[in-house]
Amino acid sequence: MAGPSAAARPIAVVLAPALVSLFPGSTMRINVHAATVDQLIDALDARWPGMGDRLRDSSPSVRRHINIFCNGERLGLGAPLPDGAEVFVLTAVSGG
Amino acid sequence: MTDTVAILLGTKKGAFILDGDGRRNEWSVRGPFCETWPINHVIGDAATGTIYAGGGNEWFGPAVWKSTDLGATWTHSSAGLAYAAGETPIKAVWSLAVGTDCLYAGVEPAGLFRSVDDGVTWTHVSGLREHPSRAGWVPGGGGLILHSIVPHPSDPAKLWIAISTAGAYFTADGGTTWVPRNRGTRADYLPEGQRYPEFGQCVHSLVMAPSGGKSVPDGGETLYQQNHCGMYRSRDGGVQWESIEAGLPSSFGFPVAVHPRDPATVFLVPLNGDIKGRYMPDAKTAVYRTRDGGDTWTAQREGLPQQNAFFGVLRQALATDTQSPAGVYFGTSTGQLYASTDEGDRWSCITDTLPPIYSVETLAISV
Repeated sequence: MAGPSAAARPIAVVLAPALVSLFPGSTMRINVHAATVDQLIDALDARWPGMGDRLRDSSPSVRRHINIFCNGERLGLGAPLPDGAEVFVLTAVSGG
Repeated sequence: MTDTVAILLGTKKGAFILDGDGRRNEWSVRGPFCETWPINHVIGDAATGTIYAGGGNEWFGPAVWKSTDLGATWTHSSAGLAYAAGETPIKAVWSLAVGTDCLYAGVEPAGLFRSVDDGVTWTHVSGLREHPSRAGWVPGGGGLILHSIVPHPSDPAKLWIAISTAGAYFTADGGTTWVPRNRGTRADYLPEGQRYPEFGQCVHSLVMAPSGGKSVPDGGETLYQQNHCGMYRSRDGGVQWESIEAGLPSSFGFPVAVHPRDPATVFLVPLNGDIKGRYMPDAKTAVYRTRDGGDTWTAQREGLPQQNAFFGVLRQALATDTQSPAGVYFGTSTGQLYASTDEGDRWSCITDTLPPIYSVETLAISV
């Protein structure tokens, strides 16, 4: 079944420095088209292969110590993303 | 052309490489590599010089790192290193081994993966977790981990693995079907009368002796294991085990390492006991060596701390090299690395400021 359609306006994504350092050539800021967190991770993985495995486990869910925030809310994989949203992908303090 | 030795370390804070001079007297430390991830095991492929590091990061999950330039640059992958949706996700890679036709990775929760493209992608060797005993596998102190992988040196279909706590298993068909191989090994933590089960033993480390040699009948499948409950030898690929703990200071320890050429020479670092703090017996450091396949043991102490040695040595933190005489190396839970270049007779500390050391392996390098 197809997921929600991609948003008309891109999502502005801000990535944690520790994540960027794992993928040479990646950048802390990128715009992607995605309607959900799951699609956002797919988009990141398409741009930098392997990044999806760093953010999403095989449950599947967002990794336990990764926080994905939008409008101050921590989101799960299925959460919808508003058009033009700013999303922060951060390492949680609980991870270390 | 001369051979030098590189010591490969997995630590709580990344991988490290120690480069030795030709005489193994001077060592330089490089690292930390792998973005300071906890790295459980670092191995080198003697045929290619490629270095692999397996671990897991609390934030980013499991991965196998790879360097084809002796540590100068690294890549990482966990493509395919996953169980099916709904199962407990993989937390970390615990062990690596180079087989005759592929690369193996053991993971937590216990399972085995294979890569036929040099660690770029991985495939689950699902037959192991389909074994009917799996429902009875339980975590040990380090988790439910597949920590030992022993490929047969010439037959790619044969492989031994060990899981804490499930025991040793063997496949003769490349991983499609498996059989437990624990007969003769004890499980002291079970009730009286139930201490020799088919599976459920807490193997701590499993290794294969080199082929040939002088004291132990060969057959090519002589195995040794340090167990939570004793030290054992098998001369038939694990079908039957016999205790060789007489002469050791305790039945408890983690690592075992074999001599590169002599199947009767084995090294151990016993600890004082499982519920006694898990440090050096009497806080005095000793590596125990046998020259007769475990019938007798001698404590090697020269150059090792003989007071206040309240550290442990973990299951993958003892290794030999391929030089002659063989070098022996062990890393401690408090970050010291000790080396012997004369098969354990004399020891020296070659660095004492590293993070807790999880694994020690060696790689011969021709220069």
